[in-house]
Amino acid sequence: MIAIVDYGAGNLNSVKKAFDYLGSEVVVTGQPELVAAADKIVLPGVGHFSSLRTLNSTGLRQPLLQSASAGKPFLGICLGMQWLFEGSEECTEIAGAEIFPGKCRQFPSSVKSPHVGWNSLEIQEGSLLLRGVAQDSFVYYTHSFHAPMVSAMTGASEYGLRFAGAVEQDNIFGVQFHPEKSGDVGLSILKNFCEV
Amino acid sequence: MLTKRIIACLDMDGGRVVKGVRFKNLRDAGDPAECATAHARNGADEIVLLDITATSGNRRTMLHAVRSTAHSLFVPFTVGGGIRQLDDAAAVFDAGADKIAINSAAVHDPKLISKIAGRFGSQAVVAAIDAKRANGSFEVFVAGGRVPTGRDAIQWAREAAACGAGEILLTSMDRDGTQCGFDCELVRAVAEAISIPVIASGGAGSARDFIDVFRDGRADAALAASIFHFGIENIAQLKRELHDASIPVRWPC
Repeated sequence: MIAIVDYGAGNLNSVKKAFDYLGSEVVVTGQPELVAAADKIVLPGVGHFSSLRTLNSTGLRQPLLQSASAGKPFLGICLGMQWLFEGSEECTEIAGAEIFPGKCRQFPSSVKSPHVGWNSLEIQEGSLLLRGVAQDSFVYYTHSFHAPMVSAMTGASEYGLRFAGAVEQDNIFGVQFHPEKSGDVGLSILKNFCEV
Repeated sequence: MLTKRIIACLDMDGGRVVKGVRFKNLRDAGDPAECATAHARNGADEIVLLDITATSGNRRTMLHAVRSTAHSLFVPFTVGGGIRQLDDAAAVFDAGADKIAINSAAVHDPKLISKIAGRFGSQAVVAAIDAKRANGSFEVFVAGGRVPTGRDAIQWAREAAACGAGEILLTSMDRDGTQCGFDCELVRAVAEAISIPVIASGGAGSARDFIDVFRDGRADAALAASIFHFGIENIAQLKRELHDASIPVRWPC
């Protein structure tokens, strides 16, 4: 069972719908005990970094961190990926999971923000999550802050600068883009996660 | 590289896709779910569904159509028409939309943009503006293009962006359905005035029109309806032509 973590930030329907389409058993839940009991975890999220505050107030932070360190496959999408880092300049008082080093920053003023649309993804070899995805495939992004390039980066995109589009370390996966909105490419990435 | 988006728009009336000229003379163009899937398969980067005759009476029809269209669509999906308050937006998101487009209600109450953006994020809010040339400037119209507001489109785009809209969907009423090209002057004026993406709409007739609106109009995305529905322009073919003209597009996809 995959738990899609509902912490009140935006709309989780499209993530659930994509997993349903792939035939995976998923539950959308905000209950810490259900999250703790799940085999795999998806942490979605859109909007402002401050919405992650709810993870603390609802008692979700601990089961998420424990699941991640216990080796459970964990996929952060968009804001959910940013949470895997130390934090974000968008809201400095909220701590991330600190699984990956560095803070998320705003795009330079030379480009329009938010970064919205289909951008190409430069893929590093050896990624489990991006297995079988063609080099420079297009994925759909919508965000104003971006994660830094770290050694765990498995996919990069360019928008005013190069930034981490995907990260991966053992059981922890993160994608800044929306696989559930990235057509067949996105569905194949979610399928890879189901099969990890 | 970030690509220019090609968006297929489905204008819906009573649960069916329709298309008119200059907001009038509606013709039937099919079932929304079938049209959306076909466009996505053909290379559309996004789908927009607009309930052009939205009234509280046909809200159920609309939510039903949103749900069935969203069901097997895995590209971004925007829904507009008849969204007057936060609860309307919430119901449309719940039915499967990724973004909502608001037009008349936002002009009457710009705070509605902030309210929806505050709950669902700016990326989920598209401010739709219907503009018409008038005495050397561009005037905002509401109620499906029926009611002039006396407001300047560029000013209103700035205000909508400041309220938290994530994108502007800008329709030229003068060009809508005419297939004689986008109003590049209007699009460029708005695109240069704001820092959020602008979707150009109204007037698409050929690949040349898209090239012009991306180059001269500085649009981030371009939307069309009739030319896609009636097979005048095939999205896959259009993208090939844009690619050949060095416009970055998601191709092949």
